[in-house]
Amino acid sequence: MRYEKPTTVEAASALLAGQGARVLAGGTDLLVQMKARVLSPDVVVDIKGIDATRKITKDASGYTIGAAVTGAELKEHPTLSKDWPGLVEAANLIGSTQVQGRASLGGNLCNGSPAADSVPGMIAAGAVATIAGPKGTRTLPVEDIMLAPRKLALTAGEFIVSFKIPARPAHGGDAYLRFIPRTEMDIAVVGCGVALALDASGTCTAARVSLGAVAARPLLVVDAGKALIGTKVDEAALAKMEAAARAACKPIDDKRGTVEFRIDVAGTLAKRTATIALERARKV
Amino acid sequence: MAKHHVTTTVNGDPVEYLCESEQSLLDCLRDELDLIGAKEGCSSGDCGACSVLLDGRLVCSCLILGVEAEGKNVETIEGMAQGEELHPLQRKFLEHAALQCGICTPGVLVAAKALLAKNPDPTETQVRYWLAGNLCRCTGYDKIVRAVMDAAAEMRGA
Ligand SMILES: Cc1cc2nc3c(=O)[nH]c(=O)nc-3n(C[C@H](O)[C@H](O)[C@H](O)COP(=O)(O)OP(=O)(O)OC[C@H]3O[C@@H](n4cnc5c(N)ncnc54)[C@H](O)[C@@H]3O)c2cc1C
Ligand code: FES
Ligand code: FES
Repeated sequence: MRYEKPTTVEAASALLAGQGARVLAGGTDLLVQMKARVLSPDVVVDIKGIDATRKITKDASGYTIGAAVTGAELKEHPTLSKDWPGLVEAANLIGSTQVQGRASLGGNLCNGSPAADSVPGMIAAGAVATIAGPKGTRTLPVEDIMLAPRKLALTAGEFIVSFKIPARPAHGGDAYLRFIPRTEMDIAVVGCGVALALDASGTCTAARVSLGAVAARPLLVVDAGKALIGTKVDEAALAKMEAAARAACKPIDDKRGTVEFRIDVAGTLAKRTATIALERARKV
Repeated sequence: MAKHHVTTTVNGDPVEYLCESEQSLLDCLRDELDLIGAKEGCSSGDCGACSVLLDGRLVCSCLILGVEAEGKNVETIEGMAQGEELHPLQRKFLEHAALQCGICTPGVLVAAKALLAKNPDPTETQVRYWLAGNLCRCTGYDKIVRAVMDAAAEMRGA
């Protein structure tokens, strides 16, 4: 195995276009899989030498978060937790303090697990990935990146440089909850991210609901969002949203939960998550 | 493939070592630098026995490549005591019998020190969450948490 640490996106794409090349961000998935011999890359391309992958910038249009920024760094940012608390909480559920010191949003998404915690948080927030490759740069909404377990919409030589998170709407709030049988250090049985916006009268003008671990990929449940838009997010609207969330689930049976259990939890979790997002939206 | 020549700082001292691309930082510390304080429990990020600070950040050294330490600042358990004088956390771990076999202890101490640097007055809940990535098969955690709380109080001068 060869280790490379390029300092430009062009050099990184060129290396990644080669046979058996793999991105290294925080390594908390990659190194585990290399040790277990699930992956045996010929070249490991450490993207942390590229400035754009390691910084958070903010302007009027929102945040640009480098793909290799760690969960700990997200939490320490002076305003991100105020604007997008749900996204930061989702990223901070990943593993332990030690894992937080390394784990990145890009790695969480590109590891290709349907249960990745930060992904529903990013989808709900409307995050869009900036992807660099041999042919230049393109953007893709986060919900369109993972196709199936371990399968991504990235082509040879492509990698994610950063994520664009829009500016929080004037009366906007987001939240992420996951169901696990323990209180820490576990993989989501179901995860749910919700972001919504209200107008001055408290009517919902936009809502995005995303579910993790209930299908082959994290889902943007458009119908669940629609159930809230135009309402005051009252009990009736929440019940409709809950039903839409359940209807979108196509989970598997495994040791963490049965199909029926996951579908049931998804609805309940969506309702609880939306309620937190709503409280936050009302407060700002 | 030629080995990497890594120049880094460990516990304040400039050091150099040669390593293979796939060698972890934990292996480099233990096998190349003879710093065997950090332990290998799982090698998969689950147990925290290999905890070190990398540029001030608490991490599992088993999930970092040795080459990644180039130009960085690594702090291990070996840098905790000042000569013969134990760090307050180390002293409190002895007083409270917060260790039995001791395998988890270097990692727990490094993690606890990182917590107190960030938050000198943590609640018990904060201590428990912060240390959730440090597994201990012996103590049942209560004594560890008590020792950390007591050391924090002493270090605050309370
Ligand atoms: C003890 C432990 C507990 C964990 N708990 C959780 C948990 O609770 N929830 C959870 O969701 N995950 C968990 N994880 C998994 C892991 O920590 C996360 O998925 C993390 O976000 C991965 O980020 P990373 O930067 O370490 O990725 P890496 O390991 O560096 O990369 C992961 C994969 O993505 C690819 N990749 C990385 N960055 C990019 C990029 N920018 N562009 C293209 N491809 C890229 C890599 O090639 C690799 O295949 C846990 C891991 C450990 C070891
Ligand atoms: S040996 Fe690194 S976490 Fe267990
Ligand atoms: S003292 Fe034995 S594992 Fe903690």
